[in-house]
Amino acid sequence: MKALEAENLHVSVAGRLILKGVDLALEKGKVHALMGPNGSGKSTLAFALAGHPEYPIHQGRILLSGEEITHLPPDQRAKRGLFLAFQYPPEVEGVRLRELMRLACGDQGQGFCDFMERYPQAVRRLHMEDLAERELNVGFSGGEKKRSELLQAWLLRPKVALLDEPDSGVDVDGVRVIADTIRELADSGTAVLVITHYPRVLEYVPPARVFVLEEGRISQEGGPELARAIEKKGFKVVKG
Amino acid sequence: MNQKTALQRGLSQRVVEGISREKGEPRWMLELRLRSLELFQRLPKPNFGPDLSEIDLSDLAYYVRSVEPVKSWDELPEEIKRTFDELGLPEAEREALAGLGAQVDSEVVYRSILEEVRAQGVIFLPMEEALKKHPELVRQYFMRAIPPEDNLFSALHGAVWSGGTFVWVPEGVEVKIPLQGYFRMQTAGAGQFEHTIVVAEPGSSVHYIEGCSAPRYTKAVLHSGMVEVFAKQGAHVRFTTIQNWSRNVYNLNNKRAIAEAEAKVDWVSGSLGSKVTMLYPTTILAGPGAKTENLGFAFARDGQHLDLGARAIHLAPETSSRLVSRSVVQGDAKAVFRGKVHVAPQAKGARGHVECSTLLLSPEAKTETIPTLNAETDQVELAHEATVGRISQESLFYLMSRGLSQQEAMSLIVNGFVSPILKEIPLEYSLELKRLLEMSFQGALG
Ligand SMILES: Nc1ncnc2c1ncn2[C@@H]1O[C@H](COP(=O)(O)OP(=O)(O)OP(=O)(O)O)[C@@H](O)[C@H]1O
Ligand SMILES: [Mg+2]
Repeated sequence: MKALEAENLHVSVAGRLILKGVDLALEKGKVHALMGPNGSGKSTLAFALAGHPEYPIHQGRILLSGEEITHLPPDQRAKRGLFLAFQYPPEVEGVRLRELMRLACGDQGQGFCDFMERYPQAVRRLHMEDLAERELNVGFSGGEKKRSELLQAWLLRPKVALLDEPDSGVDVDGVRVIADTIRELADSGTAVLVITHYPRVLEYVPPARVFVLEEGRISQEGGPELARAIEKKGFKVVKG
Repeated sequence: MNQKTALQRGLSQRVVEGISREKGEPRWMLELRLRSLELFQRLPKPNFGPDLSEIDLSDLAYYVRSVEPVKSWDELPEEIKRTFDELGLPEAEREALAGLGAQVDSEVVYRSILEEVRAQGVIFLPMEEALKKHPELVRQYFMRAIPPEDNLFSALHGAVWSGGTFVWVPEGVEVKIPLQGYFRMQTAGAGQFEHTIVVAEPGSSVHYIEGCSAPRYTKAVLHSGMVEVFAKQGAHVRFTTIQNWSRNVYNLNNKRAIAEAEAKVDWVSGSLGSKVTMLYPTTILAGPGAKTENLGFAFARDGQHLDLGARAIHLAPETSSRLVSRSVVQGDAKAVFRGKVHVAPQAKGARGHVECSTLLLSPEAKTETIPTLNAETDQVELAHEATVGRISQESLFYLMSRGLSQQEAMSLIVNGFVSPILKEIPLEYSLELKRLLEMSFQGALG
């Protein structure tokens, strides 16, 4: 059974159909990459999978560990083990990361996440000692926001982690930390989808599959070599 | 069974004299009451704020003694004892307070003070008892910060006040843990008019906390308390009020502090309950270097009209004020914030900052911010900021994508919004407040 399957997904945003039949399957314990030109709908796909109300699904379905979640609200998807690291995490005034994570962990049932023990580990793991008590994403630099998202994924140990550009705007050392975290996630059994424009992070954690999203569909699929080819030649040339 | 004393409904000279006789007051107090009554009959109604026409002053019971004072919680009538238990008062008394006074309707029914605090010379007494034991001390302060002439409700209060607390902290004494007064309106159709005075002698410090609640009745009733704070040179007084009146209460209060040189007065006000509230805690910065912080938060829900504000009157040089308010408005409720800073010509170097943010939870929710910054000298720094916003859908989705239900996510966002104020409140109380907010929130969303 696949950890996550999307079949024939049609998704619109602001009244415009963006995804026109996306098929995608993610495997437990494996890293996958999703690439594609700006505006091709990668974030749209991630939002639709996570249940964002402004990204309605018109056709197709989503299965999480074989269970259909196509029309579940976002919190129900999260509780079943789906996690989305945002490309642009919003700033939430007055709410602390620790508080959010305590609530999130509390909801995962006993033993799933021993918050008190794992939170400090996660903070160290992502080098976030200075940020742990700050308000959620408020005034975080671009790179800090990315680390905060990864920290949450690491802590919640989801079945499926959708990471929307976890490496964008991250410095060299940061990319390594993020790549290591992705590997640990996969090693612990999480099916990971890394949305990225850069093969660098994929050099550290070679993906089992690379998908390319173009014009609302998965236009190509391949191994790690596909990411390298895109880096060299761009989307159009590879396709041709 | 406790005997109940209630004077006839409605306001008249006979009722006012009755209250005074009941309490065995000195002559000057009776005179103050009668003068207040006379003023009340001719002062105009407030020319701003909410509609008060529903209150029927002629059908209100102004004095009700429903419970006799006791020495221990166990002696209280079962219903009251259970209520106080549920409110956690005996527990707070044991764990977090230097003293506690609890009032039911018109009279204080329970009072305690830590021996070590009393040994420091601190006076913490029901107002009536203070008036008997320390008549001259009380007379020196009673309605000296807010005279009956001030407004319609200060006049009414002067005529019919009953209960409340007198706190006096000797020079240099630091009362390290808070004193608390708790006010319960228990009897249907009865008003409450407690009078609280806090006097902090030079260099002393004290934190006084007020809580209030009432069972819900259908008929509109009036609560019109008065608080007067006197912070002498270098003294520090913090006055915290958490108001959770039921939704038939008109809560029209007068609160004013006089801060002498280098003194600091902080008001922290949480307004959750009542049908209508008018509350504008005021600090008169009377001595050089005096400071005030005025922090308010409000959660106005369906049918409520909370008309709130804060005022700072700068009368001396180098004084500073910071007025901050955070309101959350739900349903068709209305929250108003009137922030007023006045700087007199002699108050050179004064600094004033007014900041008001409102979070609207529904399309029908209403809010208004009315700042008045007024300086009679140009050597001042005054600033004003106001923001009105709604819950960001992006934040809501973000939190829900972490597994929080919509309700949990919303209450987390609301809590976050008011957190700059909540963190100023002692932990035991802010936790309680958070719980109250969450509870109200569940109802609010349903
Ligand atoms: N909330 C929105 N309102 C209007 N249009 C939107 C919204 N979200 C996305 N779109 C549009 O949908 C299309 C796909 O956007 P999406 O963010 O999914 O692209 P992307 O592949 O993630 O791009 P990038 O690589 O730049 O992150 C774009 O044309 C974008 O402008
Ligand atoms: Mg994107």
